[in-house]
Amino acid sequence: MSTQQQLIVIGNGMVGHHLVEQLVERGAHERYAITVFGEERHLAYDRVHLSEYFSGRDADSLALSTADYYAEHGIELRLAEAVTAIDRDAGEVVTPEGRYPYDRLVLATGSFPFVPPIPGNDREGCLVYRTLDDLDAIRAAAENAATGVVVGGGLLGLEAANALRGLNLDTAVVEFAPRLMPMQVDTEGGTLLREKIEALGVQVLTERATQHIEDGVDAAHRMVFQDDKVLETDLIVFSAGIRPRDELARDCALEMGERGGVVIDDRCLTSDPAILAVGEVALWNQSIFGLVAPGYRMARAAADTLMADVLERSPETFRGADMSTKLKLLGVDVGAIGDAHGNQNPGARMFRYLDEIKQEYRKLVVSSDGRKLLGAMLVGDNDYYESLMQYYANGLELPEDPASLILPSSEGAPALGPDALPDTATICSCHNVTKGDICTSIDAGAVDLATVKGETKASTGCGGCAALLKSVVDHELESRGVEVDQSICEHFAHTRQELYDIVRVEGIKTFGELIEKHGQGLGCDICKPAAASILASCYNEPITDAAHVPLQDTNDTFMANMQKNGTYSVVPRIAGGEITPDKLVVLGQVAQKYDLYTKITGGQRIDLFGARLEDLPAIWGELIEAGFETGHAYGKSVRTVKSCVGSTWCRYGVQDSVGMAIKLEHRYKGLRSPHKLKFAVSGCTRECAEAQSKDVGVIATENGWNLYVCGNGGMRPRHAELFATDLDDEQLIRTIDRFLMFYVRTADRLQRTSVWRENLEGGLDYLKEVILDDSLGINEELESQMQAVIDTYECEWAGAISDPEKLKRFRSFVNDERPDPDIIMTSERGQLRPA
Amino acid sequence: MTTATAAASTMTQTWQALCDRDDLVEFSGVAAWIETAGGPAQVALFYLPGHATELYAVDNHDPFSGANVIARGIVGDRQGEPVVASPLYKQHFRLTDGQCLEDDDVKLRTWPVDFDGDRVVLQA
Ligand code: SRM
Ligand SMILES: Cc1cc2nc3c(=O)[nH]c(=O)nc-3n(C[C@H](O)[C@H](O)[C@H](O)COP(=O)(O)OP(=O)(O)OC[C@H]3O[C@@H](n4cnc5c(N)ncnc54)[C@H](O)[C@@H]3O)c2cc1C
Ligand code: SF4
Ligand code: FES
Repeated sequence: MSTQQQLIVIGNGMVGHHLVEQLVERGAHERYAITVFGEERHLAYDRVHLSEYFSGRDADSLALSTADYYAEHGIELRLAEAVTAIDRDAGEVVTPEGRYPYDRLVLATGSFPFVPPIPGNDREGCLVYRTLDDLDAIRAAAENAATGVVVGGGLLGLEAANALRGLNLDTAVVEFAPRLMPMQVDTEGGTLLREKIEALGVQVLTERATQHIEDGVDAAHRMVFQDDKVLETDLIVFSAGIRPRDELARDCALEMGERGGVVIDDRCLTSDPAILAVGEVALWNQSIFGLVAPGYRMARAAADTLMADVLERSPETFRGADMSTKLKLLGVDVGAIGDAHGNQNPGARMFRYLDEIKQEYRKLVVSSDGRKLLGAMLVGDNDYYESLMQYYANGLELPEDPASLILPSSEGAPALGPDALPDTATICSCHNVTKGDICTSIDAGAVDLATVKGETKASTGCGGCAALLKSVVDHELESRGVEVDQSICEHFAHTRQELYDIVRVEGIKTFGELIEKHGQGLGCDICKPAAASILASCYNEPITDAAHVPLQDTNDTFMANMQKNGTYSVVPRIAGGEITPDKLVVLGQVAQKYDLYTKITGGQRIDLFGARLEDLPAIWGELIEAGFETGHAYGKSVRTVKSCVGSTWCRYGVQDSVGMAIKLEHRYKGLRSPHKLKFAVSGCTRECAEAQSKDVGVIATENGWNLYVCGNGGMRPRHAELFATDLDDEQLIRTIDRFLMFYVRTADRLQRTSVWRENLEGGLDYLKEVILDDSLGINEELESQMQAVIDTYECEWAGAISDPEKLKRFRSFVNDERPDPDIIMTSERGQLRPA
Repeated sequence: MTTATAAASTMTQTWQALCDRDDLVEFSGVAAWIETAGGPAQVALFYLPGHATELYAVDNHDPFSGANVIARGIVGDRQGEPVVASPLYKQHFRLTDGQCLEDDDVKLRTWPVDFDGDRVVLQA
């Protein structure tokens, strides 16, 4: 189209890319022929999470978009082509490749790391931290380095220090100011931060101005400070602030700030109305905004400006932005909200809380009448950030005693209920999503978090708002009567715990009876397995009995784990990981005979994969013959008790950990529970069995056993907590009996002990009261219930193979002996695997 | 039982006997081979004794995993409509017409199925 105007965007960083997305959303790519120039060879990537490049993420996963996206919308993307000049008279930009005409131009060139003018700052191995290429250079330089120094103890400096530490360099931070992060924290906060960071092995030097850098004696460089003190290092990263990349604007005489930055107005227009600027290069009201959220707001305003004449609403303008931040630096939480120092509001009053043991510091800055929050500072625990931020951003009236907001309470931070927030409250500042926007999306039919995220983009930027977003969405759904309700499913208006009590109190023994009396319909794949688990916990009847078999997930029905091609895995119990050579031989023979893939599991036993449904009974027949029994790898039940070698062989062992592991495994095998249960027993504090990552962990002491509970590996690891110390064998077992039964009784469906514990009102103390002090007076009952389960144990595989009725279930087809022809195997590393 | 008339009234489809009532599992599924005009196929038979419709026959092939496992799923209902949940990735399929509830574009084949005395017969 010949009437199409030319729009050029210089810079394909975070804000430049966001601008392109905003333009596309407004249909600007149909009106303008858009060309984007990027100096870096990478398409726009997530600079905020740049450091993750060192912890496993690659350029692709950091990318914010794809070349296809640009192509699809007819946008020309010219990467690795820097603009070298703007010719405003001709209306053209100049690159080494040619000249390109523009009607409208946007500067999104970001900023560059400031390197102080210190003689020697250009030596080899003196680097900066801003781009993927910078990180490649640091990684390369680190290969031949043992030590590294970061110049600058601000936010980015500490992030760079963490990266150097991750590259195994002895790391130091050199800061000019008297404390770290001078912009965000005060003296107390700075002191605490310093202690925490030093404790991580990073050396911190404050009030040090580098005079020059010269050849080192023991390392590549020697930094010489104002007082002639020196520091030697192999590698130096400068992170002493950022400066806007405004050279193009300066050269073509756009209006500039005194200390740099391209001056823009509320519509992001520069002094030349054909040219706009957004992001870190732009100076608004004398301020540069070095965060991504304000940049995104500018991008939205700029897109509106460029499409103002066709917008069906009034264009968004840029009206400044809040610089509150919440970070985790070197694992240390730091948060700053509004006027964190309290020096911008005369008359402001403060509350301070300092805990030198836990190393936490919090400060509130409130208005002189004590009613509004003006700012806050957090070091050590950012759990307080969300609700403080809401008080601040929405001008909410503070509680009677504002100090309660930063005082520790057993419940953690006092949460500000989502209903207390006005509709205008910003929930996600990256994408400017308010509570009102979320409500709109829910009113338009969104019924879960994922949909709300997809529609509003909330929580898809820095991710800092995730927790808040979830609580708002849950609350709004609930208030609209959407079932965030605790009922287990549409067939029962009860929680799992209620069903458990009903089953026990009324003595209900089958699902049929349960649904007839307390539910409706046929049941489903949620309530049936849950009921099966409850019935098994209470009465421990074989799950293969006719009344129970249709309730089970396929793994329980066939007492094996279904694999992706419909075959099964077979995991016999190898209690405590101890196995005789004879039994090992049998496992090998069975695997050979039935063509099974074998693997040692993470639970110290052996898994045989690829068994066909119709072969399972024969396989188990041979295993049982050899003395094996089922390992319940398929059940929500006790899995394994891992052991270390312990005092029998190990020079450090103080108790027989293998013996105890075997004892525990045989005691609790077959116990069905809300979710799977894993145990471990270590023979001394070296903890080779990793007991502290288990639901039940036991560690030997000189005097007996220490018991740890509610640990978890898996998706969200949690350390187990010390529950009782120096127990003898009998005390240990009694305590575990009670603990397990209390969990079985009160946990939700598919809730591991870790999550159960986290949701337990009263926490660990409450659990100790119940289990150790018998505060509910139920311990006798818990113990006898456990004893009943133990007394009724039988190997369900042994039960199945001796019952022809039960065996009928293991036919692939009821009217044919042919095996399923669609199970196709191939071989890899000398064994079979699904093709 | 009206099997005979049904068979007579269809030209291309016939009723075939598959198995006995005894081979079925109450409130659950089993798999069987059937002959269709397009060749042999695997069918999942679900048995809900005491319900208005006691027998359902749907494809045993799970389109999401590519494995032949539908017969091994849990049977239940969604808002009163009988469904089976795939044992692998847990999608739900309506027993009456095979429709997948999570994906409008996916549907399992279904066949008329009934008892002839204690024999299970299916029309394909
Ligand atoms: C076989 C094994 C992997 C291996 O080859 O080593 C394995 C395999 C499976 N794991 Fe696991 N896990 C195995 C050890 C672990 C461990 C390590 C351990 O137990 O020491 C963990 C982390 C520890 C933990 O659970 O706290 C582990 C955490 C998970 C999780 C995440 C649980 C969580 O709470 O986050 C799942 C998913 C779930 O249960 O919902 C899972 C689920 C599964 C399932 C059942 C997935 C499935 O539904 O098919 C896999 C079944 C395989 C099969 O057919 O046998 N597996 N799994 C290990 C069996 C150990 C055994 O002898 O019984
Ligand atoms: C390690 C690190 C951590 C950070 N953490 C956070 C955080 O937690 N929260 C937060 O809000 N912000 C954070 N930031 C800041 C955030 O990344 C920036 O605010 C944001 O990237 C600014 O976007 P921009 O598009 O203005 O600049 P940039 O992302 O820098 O993009 C500018 C682009 O323009 C290109 N360019 C420059 N000149 C030219 C030219 N002449 N021709 C062509 N292309 C050119 C540059 O090469 C660059 O690719 C962090 C930054 C870093 C480096
Ligand atoms: S935990 Fe202790 S006893 Fe067990 S193997 Fe390790 S060092 Fe030895
Ligand atoms: S605030 Fe950054 S993603 Fe929501």
